Formats: sequence, C-alpha cells, structure tokens
Amino acid sequence: MIASPNGHQNGNVGAGDASYVRFENVQKSYDGESLVVKDLNLDIPRGEFLTMLGPSGSGKTTCLMMLAGFEPATHGEIFLNGHPINNLPPHKRGIGMVFQNYALFPHMTVAENLAYPLKVRGMSKAEIETRVKRALDMVELPRMAGRRPAQLSGGQQQRVAVARAVVFEPDLVLMDEPLGALDKQLREQMQYEVKHIQERLGVTVVYVTHDQTEALTMSDRVAVFNDGRIQQLSSPQALYEAPTSSFVAKFIGENNVLSGRIASIEGDTCRVELDGGGTVGAVPIAVQGIGSRTSLSIRPERVVLDPGPDVPNGLDGVILELIYLGDHIRVRMDVAGNDEFIVKIPNGAEMRPLERGARVRLGWRTRDCRALDPVG
Amino acid sequence: MTDTAMSGPASFADAGRTRDPGAAPLTTADGLPLKAALRRSQRRLRLQAVLLVLPLLLFIFVTFAIPIAMMMSRSVQNPEVSEFLPETAAVIDDWDGEGLPGEEVYAAMARDLATGQENNTVGRVTARINREIPGARGFMLGTAREAATLQPPYKEAMLAANKGWGNERYWRLLKRETRSITPAYYLLALDYEYDSNGAIVKRPENYQVYQPLFLRTAWMSLVITGLTILLGYPVAYLLASLPLRTSNLLMILVLLPFWTSLLVRTSAWIVLLQQQGVINDLLVFSGLLGDGSRLRMIYNQTGTIVAMTHVLLPFMILPLYSVMKTISPSYMRAARSLGASNFRAFVTVYLPMTIPGIAAGTLLVFILAVGYYITPALVGGDSGIFISNLIAENMRGTGAQVRLAAALSTLLLVGVLLFYWLFNKIVGVDRLKFG
Repeated sequence: MIASPNGHQNGNVGAGDASYVRFENVQKSYDGESLVVKDLNLDIPRGEFLTMLGPSGSGKTTCLMMLAGFEPATHGEIFLNGHPINNLPPHKRGIGMVFQNYALFPHMTVAENLAYPLKVRGMSKAEIETRVKRALDMVELPRMAGRRPAQLSGGQQQRVAVARAVVFEPDLVLMDEPLGALDKQLREQMQYEVKHIQERLGVTVVYVTHDQTEALTMSDRVAVFNDGRIQQLSSPQALYEAPTSSFVAKFIGENNVLSGRIASIEGDTCRVELDGGGTVGAVPIAVQGIGSRTSLSIRPERVVLDPGPDVPNGLDGVILELIYLGDHIRVRMDVAGNDEFIVKIPNGAEMRPLERGARVRLGWRTRDCRALDPVG
Repeated sequence: MTDTAMSGPASFADAGRTRDPGAAPLTTADGLPLKAALRRSQRRLRLQAVLLVLPLLLFIFVTFAIPIAMMMSRSVQNPEVSEFLPETAAVIDDWDGEGLPGEEVYAAMARDLATGQENNTVGRVTARINREIPGARGFMLGTAREAATLQPPYKEAMLAANKGWGNERYWRLLKRETRSITPAYYLLALDYEYDSNGAIVKRPENYQVYQPLFLRTAWMSLVITGLTILLGYPVAYLLASLPLRTSNLLMILVLLPFWTSLLVRTSAWIVLLQQQGVINDLLVFSGLLGDGSRLRMIYNQTGTIVAMTHVLLPFMILPLYSVMKTISPSYMRAARSLGASNFRAFVTVYLPMTIPGIAAGTLLVFILAVGYYITPALVGGDSGIFISNLIAENMRGTGAQVRLAAALSTLLLVGVLLFYWLFNKIVGVDRLKFG
C-alpha cells in the first residue's frame, strides 16, 4: 500500500494525516565512531512543505537519504503513512526525489526521462503520453519533449527534474538542494515555481537546503539542523522573530550579539549586565538563572537610533562605517565592546544625516532583545 | 567548443555587413583589412604549434608511415622474372599465349640464361618458377650452364636439350610473371592461387591455411574481448565506487600484468594450467576429475584465451573505470526513487551510460588481440596460434615468403581498419572515452 503512489486513498488516513512522515529516535552513524544524526524525532503532516536547513555536515542530507531509502538508519524507525519503512527498498517507497545535480538521464530525451517512472509502473502508452504532456505543460516546457537534458539550460533541467519527480503522482517529494546550481535570479524565480507546484498538487515536500532565504520563502515549517540534532522546528516567521538558541539566531538572518550576565528576572523580562558596560532589558529564553552568562540577540532592523522616551533600553555607540544600500543604510557601530554591531536604518524622509565617528544613542524594545545561551 | 570559436568571428563579420550593406570589409584603425590583420597576428602562434609537434611527426613518419608503406609495396612485388630474364620479358608480351612461343622468345631466353649464368643470378629466378612448376629449375639450370655454347635456331636447340622447354604451361607462367606487380601473394594469403591456365582458383583443401587462421584469429579475439568485458565490468564498477585509497590499491593489482615480465607471467600460466599443473592437481585431488582425464588447458586455444584475457584485461578496465568514475551515484538513486528495481535501474540507466567505456575498451582489446603475437606463440600450441605467428614465421623465410608475410600483414591491417570503420559507423568513435 505504501508502494502505491496514492496510498492515502486506500483509507488509512487516520495514521497518515497528523504524521504522514515520522522519524522515531532515528540515529545514523557511518563509521561506528560518531553519530551523524543524533536521536531525531520528527513528525511531518500530509501536505506540508518542510525544510531541513543547516550547515554542511549537520546531518540534514543524511536524514533525507534515510527517508528515501538510500541509507539505512543505524537505530530507530521511520514511518511513512503509519507504516515502518526501514526494510522497504527505495523503489517500493513511491517517493519522488529531486537531486542536487538533477540526475536527468543523459541518454534519454526529456519525454523519455518523464516517461521512465510511468513505464516502470507498466502504464499504457497512451496514458504515459498524456501524463508526460501534462507534466511538461505544468513546468511550462511543452516544446522540449524531444530534447536531451544536455541541450537544456540549468533552469529548464531543474524544471524537468521537478516534473519527473511528480509525474507519477507521489504523495511525498524529497528535494536535495535542488536550486544550488542555479544563479541567484533564477533561484529566486524557481523558489516560487516549486512552491506553487507543491501547493497545486498538494504533495508533501521535504526540502533540504543550506540557504536560509530559500528555507524562509518556501517552507511551512523549517527544521534547523546542527551537529546531528534539530535545533529548532518552527514556522519561518517564528524562526526569525523568536529564535530559541544562539545558533538559530546567528544562522537565520542577521543578528547582533551582546554578551552579559543575568542580573535579575522579573516575570517574562530580565535585566542583563553587559560585559561592555550598561544594563539592558531582555526576554529570557534560554538562560540558566540569575548570575549566569547569556548572549543577547537583537535584529539589526529592530535597533532605533536616538530612541524616544518610550524605548527603555539605551546605549551609546560610535559609528564605524556607513554603507549606502539604496532603500536602507547599514551602519556598523561599536556598541558595548562589540564593533560588529549592525544597525539598519530605512531610507525614510525624516532620516537625519549620519557621520562616521559620531557618537549616537541607540536603543530597542525589550521584547526585541532575546537572552539566549552564551556563545563562546 | 570549436564550433563557437569558428563561428564567432564570422558572425561578427556578418553583423558588420548587415549593418551597412555593400560597404567595404571591416578594417583596422590603420586601414588594414581586419581578416588580414587577424591572420598576421595569429601566424606566429600557428607556427609555434607546428614546430612543437614537428619532431613527433617526423618520428612517426620515419618509423611508422615509411615502414608500413614499404611493407605494403613489398607485398605486391614480383621482381624475379622481369629483373633476371629482362630480354625474355621484353619479347614474350607479343606472344599470344597459344601453343609454344616463337624463335625470338627462345633466343631472348638463351641470352638471358647466358647473362644469368655469368652473373650468378639465374638461381633466383629458377627457384621462383620452380615453386609453380616443379622441375623447371632443373632444365633451366641445365640449359643455363650450356647457354654460352647454344647455336641458333635456339628453339630447336633448347627443345633438343630438354623437353621441359616444350611445356606450354611454363611459357604461359613466364608471360604472366613478367609483370613486376602481382596479386599472387594476396591470393595465397586468402588461400587462392593461379591454376595452370592462369585462372584464379581456391587452393586444395589441405593447403588452406591462412583463411581459417584469419577467421580463428578474429573469432578468438572476439571471445577474448567478450571475456574482458564480463570480467572487467564488475572490477571497474568496484574501482569506481570504492574510496580513493582502496581503489588505488586495487588499481595496482589490475595493472600488475603490465609490470610483470612476460616470461614470468607465462611460466606462471604453465605451472597453473598444464596437465600436471596446479588446477588439474586440485581437480583430481578434490575428486571432480579422474586422474586419467586431466584437462588440457595450455598449448591450445584455451591457453591462448586464458592468458590473453589476463594480459588484455587492463585495457578494458581502464576506459570503463574512467567512464564509471564520472557517473554520479545519483543517477542510480534517481532511477530507484522513480520505481525501478536495482536490476532494471542498472540495465536502463547505468549500462547505457557506460557504453562509451565499453566501446573504447572493446576497440582497444580487439585490435590489440587481433595482432597479438607473443602470448599465442608461447602458450598457443598448434591450435591456439594467431595469424601474426604465421606472419612472423614467413618473415624469417625467403624473399617470396617475406612478400607473403607482407601480404598477410596488409590484410590484417585492412581488417583492423575495416573493424574500426564498422565500429565508427555503429558506435561513433567521437563518443568513445579512453581514459
């Protein structure tokens, strides 16, 4: 039943929808000495676009390979639609996959590539033809059927690879850094196209990337991997606005870090004595208690220069560098001993001129400053 | 790559013309035509390129092209009659070939024999003719000794001296052999010959040596090529999929046959394969074989095939390996994720992608095998020798045998070129990958 591309129509919906894909205590080691994946637990509901994001070597690709069936799990169990699939060979899992280098068969035409999974499933010639045509229309390459992959541009190959992964109507599609080889502009365009195809077909997608922009723009949820563990699993917005660890805060978007010590905790705020002098308010997220060390995380766009009286956290900083970027200005400052402190100032009508070397007052709202685990 | 490089300047020129139809061709700033300026600026580079390859070209010309041309010309040479019976050769052309020739031919023969006797060259031509007409040597040498004293009319005198001079076949042969170029050696190399009337006929069955040997050489080379594919493919796959450290070690094992002395290798095969050898002993010891029915595995076709497969295996593995190395594992993964079983994915995806390697290996191994000499000579016995062994044998013989050897070699060369041409038609040599 799992082998069937339309497994969910067979009635076993109860187990499938809340956790269509389920990793249960999965561990993976290649050499028997170190774990690449350390105790992974993850539930992916049907229809979700989930991204595994992390630096290289964080274990995200290994997870994908285990799900596809190309790598066995050393420990633990993976479920698909409620059924354990550890002993199911890849070709019986019915999972579509898009590879980093597309892996389009070079000795076949585009149409033959798309027909491959259908032929393997023993479909009739007419059926194959209509499905291939539909798939080519979907990725807007209707006239490329007779071409070889080598005759296509990178973006076209990418679309064919996506079409081939969904042409046999799998419920689950895995994508292993599929946009990595494209240039920036094309990559952004393809992000939307892939997302639209996923929404139209309603398939579940597990997407692996190390590009945080890709993760934020496409995903329903993002699992940030580091060192073989999921550091945070949440929506793109929560990931950016409310990182729960210094690693995530640093990995997603730009981030200013100020080190200090917890002076007091009152309800959902705390006071932090900065190493570079001064005391500021913050939201305690991952702190050990009063007296423990912490790293504060503040997004550059949440810092205000010359704060009004309603902004409680004020510090003095020296402007080290000004970079004009059109819609905003990046200001690098020395704040409380951190000379990499970045402030983004929107290019608004009321902006006052800034000068290098000038001493300015800056501040932020307490809820924009998160006290996380200490770095370094 | 070359296409774009070639079309680049041309299309620029086209663009210039369409912009201003009928205008003069583009020129450089000082009025020189652009094309001339380009040629001049590149002349030096071209000259440098030619100079770089010149030594090799000369070397190849002297050591490869010239010897082959000489060998090919030798295969059709037929100098004996025209060189050592020059006067006869000059007049016998006018004879119509019916009955016996006239007095002037006999007279010319008498003068030629006298000159030949004087210069000690008569033996060469008599040996040549004796091969076709046994006994001709005898009466020719006999008459040659008395040639100085012969009196006209020569026809009667010679007929009186020996009735061999009245043999019509002899004179017809002579007329045929005055031509200094002959296909006779090619005919012989294909087991054909001239009959007594000068018609081309198949040689008697028990004299047919070369054609069956050509066929056997091709057939055994095909078997060896097939075996190297069967044995080499999995090894190449293993090499390509192992981590570099391990695969390097294995590669050394693959290349070992290259680095082992030929004689060491051959004696190893003899130790292993002979009737009192290791394999037979093991088979008898394990009871699979009776002591009386030990297998003959060397000094026959089996010996040649086994030893040559071993020697030529690297030529199959290396091109295969270099192709497989470039095939990302993601292709097989893609095929499997699309629903193909391991076997089906291999047959429909992996195998087609390795065809350039298989083809290159096949070309290398087959062409090397067809011309192989030393291994069949050492372990081939009688039934396992190749055409090159007979060529080598003939090379050491008389002038006529050397010419036969040249004809055989030329046929072999043509066969190889034919194979290459056929191969190019079917597979396309530009798709091959040698390593």
